[in-house]
Amino acid sequence: MYQIAKNRLPELFAAIAGREDLFLPINKSGQANFGLWSEEAQVDLDTLKTVKSGKDCFFPQSETLYSCKKEEGKLSIDPARLTEEPFVVFGMRACDVQGLKVLDNVFLKDPVDSFYAARREHGTVVALACHEPEETCFCKVFGIDAANPGADVAAWMIGETLFWRPLTEKGEALTGMVKDLLSDGEDRAVEEEKAQIRAIIEKLPYSHLNLSRFQPENTMDLFDDPRWEEMYQPCLACGTCTFVCPTCQCYDIKDFNTGEGVQRYRCWDSCMYSDFTMMAHGNMRTSQMQRFRQRFMHKLVYYPANNEGMYSCVGCGRCVSKCPASLNIVKVIKKLGGEA
Amino acid sequence: MQERLIERAKELLAEGTVVRVLGWKRGDLGYDPEPAYFNSPEELEDFVYDGFCGANLSKYMIQAGKLEGNTLVFLKPCDTYSFNQLIKEHRVNREKTYIIGVGCKGTLDIDKVKSAGIKGIERVSCQGDVLKIQTIYGEKEFPFQEALLERCTVCKGKTHQIYDELIGAEEGEEAGPLGNRFEMVEKLEAMSPEERFAFWQKELSKCIRCNACRNVCPACSCLKCVFDSNQFDSAQKANADTFEEQMFHIIRAFHVAGRCTDCGECSRVCPQGIPLHLLNRKFIKDINEFYGEYQAGEDTESRAPLTNFTFEDVEPGIVSERGGRH
Amino acid sequence: MQVENKKEFRPKIVAFCCNWCSYAGADLAGSSRLAYPADVKIIRVPCSCRVNPMFILRAFQRGADGVILCGCHPGDCHYTTGNYYARRRMTLLFSMLDYLGVEHGRTRVEWVSAAEGVKFSTTMNEFVEKIYSLGENVRLEDLRCKRD
Repeated sequence: MYQIAKNRLPELFAAIAGREDLFLPINKSGQANFGLWSEEAQVDLDTLKTVKSGKDCFFPQSETLYSCKKEEGKLSIDPARLTEEPFVVFGMRACDVQGLKVLDNVFLKDPVDSFYAARREHGTVVALACHEPEETCFCKVFGIDAANPGADVAAWMIGETLFWRPLTEKGEALTGMVKDLLSDGEDRAVEEEKAQIRAIIEKLPYSHLNLSRFQPENTMDLFDDPRWEEMYQPCLACGTCTFVCPTCQCYDIKDFNTGEGVQRYRCWDSCMYSDFTMMAHGNMRTSQMQRFRQRFMHKLVYYPANNEGMYSCVGCGRCVSKCPASLNIVKVIKKLGGEA
Repeated sequence: MQERLIERAKELLAEGTVVRVLGWKRGDLGYDPEPAYFNSPEELEDFVYDGFCGANLSKYMIQAGKLEGNTLVFLKPCDTYSFNQLIKEHRVNREKTYIIGVGCKGTLDIDKVKSAGIKGIERVSCQGDVLKIQTIYGEKEFPFQEALLERCTVCKGKTHQIYDELIGAEEGEEAGPLGNRFEMVEKLEAMSPEERFAFWQKELSKCIRCNACRNVCPACSCLKCVFDSNQFDSAQKANADTFEEQMFHIIRAFHVAGRCTDCGECSRVCPQGIPLHLLNRKFIKDINEFYGEYQAGEDTESRAPLTNFTFEDVEPGIVSERGGRH
Repeated sequence: MQVENKKEFRPKIVAFCCNWCSYAGADLAGSSRLAYPADVKIIRVPCSCRVNPMFILRAFQRGADGVILCGCHPGDCHYTTGNYYARRRMTLLFSMLDYLGVEHGRTRVEWVSAAEGVKFSTTMNEFVEKIYSLGENVRLEDLRCKRD
């Protein structure tokens, strides 16, 4: 266990950024999102949850796959470069870290997504324990411990001190890089902090949701449940929930005509959009109810059925606080899963 | 007032005037009611009306108008402007709508409460000028006025533009002391182009293209949005380049120019807190200055500024003359 | 991306010209041997009111440094009233672009009749000069469309 004074964090960040790209929560016009560190950046470690999760450090909202160009009658194809340099993401929360595991199951299994794999290989994650989890949080329901985030390095911000514990080889390497700035820390303060965090979590309104009905054998029952028909009604069909979600992994591949060539890029897609999974024959989900149902069935039933029971919701609660119509997965769990 | 609304809704259901009620349903946390249909007196037990019922229900009436039977809808004063505008554009069916105009004290922004450091919220109730907030850390208080959404600090009035009956609202009721809704627009106009550019870059670069602003907007009622149409390369889905952010927001604001009632839903729902109303208000301000005062949704007949003209209209060169800052 | 100094900067200018007046005005300028810079690329449109704001933005996206719209004089529209609507739209659009910090000199509307070859050429000369002074459009550009 190591520690560093909070007021020396800028030195720590500068030291890391001197060698590698460093992404961390940065406040821009009032909102915290993960961004590249710079001297001027307004680092924001007080906001519990960034608007978007740290997902886009590994799976950016939009990335070019390749570009084609036509020059003097010849066509050239220029594939996008894979990430080759190491980088650090500081300040992800336990839920975001679990979100990466959900993405890993999708992108690192055959066929491996080389863009994502390259970033995962080169990225080191420093996860921050949640000092004060909020009422929208329900990570406990999915067995995530916000008090003890598992990543390459786990960190706790306690008062004016940041505690730092490397957990993996990558974490050790990063620690070695900034060793000069760290001093030895006591476990005791961290243990107290953990107990305090867990005590708060116990009291949170959503910490005891009942997931027992969301089992593969109930797939058809849940799918055919008539209550989807009423639940979806307020849905505006915007993509807010999917874009702030740490586990949504669907993307679309699009071409942009630059005038002299084509850039093929992929960007996040949302199952809430009417052209989601649009194919030559049309779209198999034709109503907003079906799209709405797809999102929650995927998170709570289909994904776990294919991934040894791992849910693809991590209980970060971003959709709870951001949905324009105050719809969210908690309301679905409560309605279909039964009250806790 | 909530009880009176429920009671009246039950009556209208019972006497068969309407077959469903469009209102707001209680959430879990005291600040998250959702727009909802109620089909029976029993369902109305979950009906709620308080400061967090900010959602403007008029857009839902486009769908409701296509359902069988009449719908009772509760509209706050500023929602009625949107409803009128939708009538003007033939998007809603007035005959199948029973409107109860509900009084409004202003709608609230829970993020303002949260950013004051109030966490772990379990319940919120309003007592006079104070919000009593039950948290897992004990009870907290927060002044009602300070929790108001920006749009309500510049309220355009307590008068309903269209209704079948009013509950909790008096005709001719006036809003309290208000700010100037164009204050920030004026501030931006007074900046240098460089400063303005920097301001908007910072704001628009937060955009994640979730389309919440568009989908919530009562003026955005196109069946197929140009940004969704695969026929054009405007359907880029992501801000792959900063240009896309500008393009999306300029075109969206332009498309609702002269039709935007300034209901403020776009800014309310933006997950990234982009002050989108500043784009709409710029158009409103320009329209007022160039073509005479105009408030969309005040009536259902008049021609909108952009589907109208006079021989003496100002020339586009006015922008350079007026600006002339560089 | 290349860094150009002013001398080498060759602006790209898109001129939307209505079929009935301004395009004919450009023709007259040509047949009268009145010079205007080759940087101006004319796109013929049936009426100035055919131009929607997306056209203007798209032109900037594709690398234009200035966009000018020319139509019949108010009152002379081939379709009677098209240019009146165009006038309102462009006024509001240009004001919005200015509000977003885009230099207002990059956009312009000019009414040019079929008989005004001289006006067409002087307008274009002036506009090109203006764009030269403003330099490359960077505030409303799409980096993907930049030549490198």
